[in-house]
Amino acid sequence: MALFNILVFPGVFFLVIAGLWFEFVDRRMYARMQHRQGPPWFQPLADFIKLLAKETIIPEDANKTLFVAMPIVCLTATISAFFYIPMWNAQAVFSFPGDSIVVMYLLTIPTLTFFLAGWYSTSLYSTLGAVRSLTQLFAYEIPLFMAVLAPAMLANSWSLSGIAAYYTAHPLMALLNLPAFCVAMVTLLGKLEKVPFDIPEAETEIVAGAFTEYTGRHLALFRLSIDIEAIVAGSLVVAVFLPFGLALPWYLGIVVYLLKITLVVALIAILRTIMARLRIEQMVNFCWKILAPLALAQLLLNLVVKGFLKP
Amino acid sequence: MSKITIPIGPQHPALKEPASFKITLNGEEIYSMDMRLGYNHRGIEKACEERSYIQGLYLIERICGICSHSHSTAYIQALEELAGLQVPKRGLYIRTLIAELERIHSHLLWLGVAAHEVGFDTLLMYTWRDRELVMDHLAEIGGNRVNYAVNTFGGVRRDLTPDEIAHILKDVDTLEERTKYYAQVATEESTLIARLSKVGVMSKTEAETLGAVGPTARACGVDRDVRRDDPYAAYGDVQFKVCVDDHCDVYGRVLVRVGELFESYNIIRQLLKNLPEGPIAVKSPRRIAAGEVFSRYEAPRGEDCHYVKSNGTDKPERVKIRAPTLANWRAVRKMIEGNYLADAPIIIAAIDPCFSCTDRAIELVRPAGGEVLTWDQLRRHGIEWHRQQGLDFAALNKKLNSHMGRVK
Repeated sequence: MALFNILVFPGVFFLVIAGLWFEFVDRRMYARMQHRQGPPWFQPLADFIKLLAKETIIPEDANKTLFVAMPIVCLTATISAFFYIPMWNAQAVFSFPGDSIVVMYLLTIPTLTFFLAGWYSTSLYSTLGAVRSLTQLFAYEIPLFMAVLAPAMLANSWSLSGIAAYYTAHPLMALLNLPAFCVAMVTLLGKLEKVPFDIPEAETEIVAGAFTEYTGRHLALFRLSIDIEAIVAGSLVVAVFLPFGLALPWYLGIVVYLLKITLVVALIAILRTIMARLRIEQMVNFCWKILAPLALAQLLLNLVVKGFLKP
Repeated sequence: MSKITIPIGPQHPALKEPASFKITLNGEEIYSMDMRLGYNHRGIEKACEERSYIQGLYLIERICGICSHSHSTAYIQALEELAGLQVPKRGLYIRTLIAELERIHSHLLWLGVAAHEVGFDTLLMYTWRDRELVMDHLAEIGGNRVNYAVNTFGGVRRDLTPDEIAHILKDVDTLEERTKYYAQVATEESTLIARLSKVGVMSKTEAETLGAVGPTARACGVDRDVRRDDPYAAYGDVQFKVCVDDHCDVYGRVLVRVGELFESYNIIRQLLKNLPEGPIAVKSPRRIAAGEVFSRYEAPRGEDCHYVKSNGTDKPERVKIRAPTLANWRAVRKMIEGNYLADAPIIIAAIDPCFSCTDRAIELVRPAGGEVLTWDQLRRHGIEWHRQQGLDFAALNKKLNSHMGRVK
């Protein structure tokens, strides 16, 4: 059963399908909002297969082991994180007290692999992209951590399943976390490197950032793991901030879960349609001067509410 | 991080044409910039001297893919002045109409490119969609989307039908409506303003000293426009305002270009309303008496200057073209210093550069390590190389001659 969970559902197979589906919805919505036709539904899969068949070129000066290993590490970390996130009921496949911290940690690894991949590619564009990835990480990671921490504190549980169980029992309390939800959505754009925070791979400045030197199947794996990361991070946000419909029968629960994920994906697509790319220093300023105080205010609010509820 | 030099170009996603910018960075800040131009040199000026005046016109139209009418008008104005031709009023009006349609499509194109450089692809898709309306009209009038070939020596080649006039007027209204929306986006969308404001700053004095032209100069408060200062074609008959802005940054350049779009719509309406009846061209001479003329034209990118010298034959003695982009390059170097790397593409794009207009000559940067051959040396080298490969052209030639002799 565990093997089935890992390989098929809700593991690798499901995530690959969901990731490709996410890419299609994102690209299609983006295109329609720009008065374009957009790609057909199988385009992400076709791109993936085509990339797999392409020649792999590794730069001479690059550290070959790291260059090849990074896409795999990235993919593994994102998939591992998924098993601790509750989806259509309040119980994740695996859970233990404190798994929310582990999930956050596992979701930081992709950005670190971007940095290492770019840094060890040794090309100028890659190095710049890598440094920007890391700079951006320090800007959005703290607000994101605090935003996820606030609901956990209210639920008095460090486990994502525990948080989901608490909000299923007290659905109205989830509304209290609305500011943190906004913070999490915005930082998600930073995590997924989407406009306005696609600074590490700004095409017109540094070509493709950390991925400039990547080709063939290594690039395909990176792209797939970014798609999967979107699903996993989206599921995390959904599990923590939108814990509705978790008590439904499993077949309805799955539908509700997929709808919620699509909502998050649609929000990302809309946000990246209506904005321009910021500069790195504007992004850092925004994260520290607006998002971090907002997340702190949420923490304070939740502490006060918790104090009232205690007796 | 220590200082690093990052190459933008000759092949780079930010550039639509080849040019090489070597940007030295101090962290993310630009310390200095070095540029290498000339990748697109095609020798058009020299080629004009080998061709008749009317052949040269079609060659000159191909200098630029965006402002093709600008170059051909500047050139043909010089010829008409040399030959003392009086172009009919209707011809001048149609010439001006095409010029303004071209300005609209050029500015809409630029707005899209600028948006793309700052990662705002939605605006790019919108403006390029609307640009198609103008492109359709240019194709309808001239038969072609890019090289309309409307100008001819002594007037224009195509007349307007009442149907076409009605179509243009209708689409100008649509475009004005959409441009109002873009003006709103440019002045209200906060991420866009954050990326454009206080970027690529150049003061009015600097703009004048460095010889900036067109919207780049007007956005720095330099009130200069050939259409008003030295009216040509039908510009003396229409009322319009020269858009000047004192933001002195990329944001100001957006405002000037959007403002010029509205002025272009007004000019087109006035032209079509007062379009005179009559012929569109007069007969032109083949040969032009000796003389020289300097012609100015306000292209979408700024002042375009053509110099033509005639010598009494049917070919020009010398043609010299100063495209507006050439005048703006020095300003780019000034504007880019001290900005962030992220702003480099938008600052370069803000002058609306057209590399193929500008690239004039090839300079051998470092001939060391190789040798420079003259044409004769190159020819001898080729013959020698083939001889070593076992192909002796001299011997083959002898053989061929003797063979031909036998056949005779």
